[in-house]
Amino acid sequence: MNLILVTFIILLAFTSYYFGRKKALVIQSSQRLTALPKFYGYYLAAWCAAPALIIFALWSVFEPSIVKTFILQDYTDQNLTKNELQLIYTKVKALAAGTYTGNITNFLDESANKYIQLKGIANSAKVAIILAILIFSLSFAYRSVQKNDRMREPVEIFLKWVLFVASLGAVLVTIGIVFSLLFEAIRFFQAVKIFDFIFGTHWYPAKTFVRDGQPDPELMKDAFGAVPLFAGTFFIAFIAMCVAIPIGLLSGIYLSEYAGRGVRKYAKPIIEILAGIPTVVYGFFAALTVGPFVKEIGNAMGLEVSAESALAAGAVMGVMIIPFISSLSDDVMTAVPQNLRDGSYAMGATKSETVKKVIFPAALPGIVGSILLAVSRAVGETMIVVMASGLAANLTMNPLESTSTITAQIVVILIGDQQFGDPKTQSAFALGISLFIVTLLLNVIALSVVKKYREKYE
Amino acid sequence: MNSFKKNLLKKRYNAERRFQWYGKIAIGLALSFLAVFMFQIFSKGYSAFQKTWIVTEVHYDKELLLIDAESPSKDDLENADYYDVAYKAMTSLDPGLPEEEDRQLIQMVSYKYEAEVKDLLLKNPDYLGKIVPIKLTASDDIDQVHKGNYPRDIPEKNRRVNDYQLQIYDMLNERGDILSEFNISFFTNPDSREAELAGIASSFMGTVFSILVCLAFSFPVAVLAAIYLEEFAPKNKFTDFIEVNINNLAAVPSIVFGLLGLGILLAVFNLPRSTPLVGGITLSLMTLPTIIIAARASLKAVPPSIREAALAMGASNMQTTMHHTVPLSMPGTLSGTIIGLAQALGETAPLILIGMVAFVNTIPGTPVDPAASLPVQIYIWSESAERGFVEKVSACIMVLLAFLILMNLAAQIVRHKFEKKWS
Repeated sequence: MNLILVTFIILLAFTSYYFGRKKALVIQSSQRLTALPKFYGYYLAAWCAAPALIIFALWSVFEPSIVKTFILQDYTDQNLTKNELQLIYTKVKALAAGTYTGNITNFLDESANKYIQLKGIANSAKVAIILAILIFSLSFAYRSVQKNDRMREPVEIFLKWVLFVASLGAVLVTIGIVFSLLFEAIRFFQAVKIFDFIFGTHWYPAKTFVRDGQPDPELMKDAFGAVPLFAGTFFIAFIAMCVAIPIGLLSGIYLSEYAGRGVRKYAKPIIEILAGIPTVVYGFFAALTVGPFVKEIGNAMGLEVSAESALAAGAVMGVMIIPFISSLSDDVMTAVPQNLRDGSYAMGATKSETVKKVIFPAALPGIVGSILLAVSRAVGETMIVVMASGLAANLTMNPLESTSTITAQIVVILIGDQQFGDPKTQSAFALGISLFIVTLLLNVIALSVVKKYREKYE
Repeated sequence: MNSFKKNLLKKRYNAERRFQWYGKIAIGLALSFLAVFMFQIFSKGYSAFQKTWIVTEVHYDKELLLIDAESPSKDDLENADYYDVAYKAMTSLDPGLPEEEDRQLIQMVSYKYEAEVKDLLLKNPDYLGKIVPIKLTASDDIDQVHKGNYPRDIPEKNRRVNDYQLQIYDMLNERGDILSEFNISFFTNPDSREAELAGIASSFMGTVFSILVCLAFSFPVAVLAAIYLEEFAPKNKFTDFIEVNINNLAAVPSIVFGLLGLGILLAVFNLPRSTPLVGGITLSLMTLPTIIIAARASLKAVPPSIREAALAMGASNMQTTMHHTVPLSMPGTLSGTIIGLAQALGETAPLILIGMVAFVNTIPGTPVDPAASLPVQIYIWSESAERGFVEKVSACIMVLLAFLILMNLAAQIVRHKFEKKWS
């Protein structure tokens, strides 16, 4: 039904385009046109499609909730909770669709009939309203075409609005992220105190699982302490940076200051391949090759090493991050003006002295920015940790033990079927919002530092 | 020059050389990581492109097939009972074996061997009543033994292939009845719990559908947004806000987009779980900022003289943009789009959250069928304990990397071939 309606609107828009263009040619014989004939077509088509489609979209968004309120009105006197009402509504819908298999009570049957009836009314109303709007807007547009009003400006203003709405898309995504995270997180913090979440040192959400019924509040208090996860996240990111910063920075310096054109041309893109490899591939590599390798070396030295160690995950993550640091620091150092270098050489400094004492300090803000971006990348990295560093949230500073991170726990909690309304599921969203805040802060700081740096030299 | 100065100079030159070496070593390390990595994947994965078959003889005995008709129709063959015939085909490898030990022989081939026996007859109805040679898919354990991935010298009780099976395998191998051929089924089969039957067709289709959905949602919105921001937006607080927003969105961890998909697309809009449709929309939100940034950069690169010329000829702002600036910026925009899609192609975490990790043993035909995607398939298989899956994972990685390399090449070609050089 919806598909037919939308196709109809679109087809009508196309026909009105051709009709408008033809009309313009007719007008041309008696008056001077105000725009190219095609704009007459665009004008009619836009007036035909836009209002109808907007109303259609709004209707589709609001119809289900309106129908729901009507159906559930009959149940208001029964003192039901929100979840029970939701369940009833699902049953009614299933019954109306003929897929319901449970007990059919009279009451349910009545509601289902009402549901079908309401849906029918809503559908015919929708078609009627949209047809009315089509007729109205088309006749309005046709009148202006007949009067030979200005045609190009309205079309261009309309296009500009379309462009503007598209640019709101990105804002909408951010709003979507914030809302979806906040909504569930707030419900989580109603069940678990925010203090227990931020400062608790035990993370063991599986403990709270209780079949049918509310989990014990005492248990909840001790199950959702996120400190081990925050610590694990930054610990693994720290290990990754220990690998990535020296290698990345030194390669960046070599590429920008020493490497000949040939080396630079090939080495830089090849190193950047490291950033293009999907993280799940790194995870596999870390779990299958690096983890056992680290364990073997550790055992040979007489150390107790877990097969899923923070070291393996961190090291592999570091390799993944090398190109972020090397390419960005290469860029910022290349941007340092040549006269700083020349000045230093003129004083008799060697190349490495120039790099260490002149270029590096001058480029420092940019380099710090690139490192912060890399840290934010490491903090948000998921698959390597999920596959290589275990899922048990230990509060430990031993790189040879397994630790877990915020991202890995989100995956562990949400893999498989989720029960919305369960504190365990909601805790993933609480973790998500803390992750979002941390990375957002890192990015904002990094971007502003880099921007300041750019303004200084460009 | 006195010796003190000489020494100092020597020291400084040494420091210079050392510093250069540090840089060289760093680059060497980065490159060798890549090399080790590629070597590991290829050395583990290439064998997955070979499939091991066991050749035996099957007697399509009408009585055992329970076919009564004189000249059986296609339906008769379809409904016949192949259990005994297939069973006999395997046990005939060692007729001396006591009946209760038969399982050991049956375990040497894939559990779907009965279907393979059936398919051969359906393809060649004239085999009925005859004894013909047949190729059966070897079980993953035998497959691994044949490829030399399975150590034979560990004690029997720790091995999944026992001594008797090894003996039969050696006998068959000597006779030349173990075949190794290109593994077509790896590309045509959907996922399976059995390593020897598992293929990437379902996840491959899942990936293709998600990427198409992602393209359909992100490309138009991103290009329109970029045009607005670059060509029409007034310079004010609000457009600044949009710009900062886009830059930050580009750096949000991918898993957060997974939470968004779960919390909004699945919970609020009730879109079908585990489908490429939801996966593609989630990925498109992620690629949106990437494409916007690329499109803006390439719009900015179009020289102002083009705009001025068009305006001087009396074109309106909108006409200048749509007829001149945007077409000229398309190569850069397209190559940015391809790179953004390549990033989306490798994403795993958001897809796991929206349920694309479900075990799918059918090949999806539309974007609303449940499916996995290639990276998720890598994750699923790497969680399996069976040895046969290790090479499958590596092979799947090779396919994924090949895909990524192709996309990046395409981006390069689009950029270099169609982009106009100004200056």
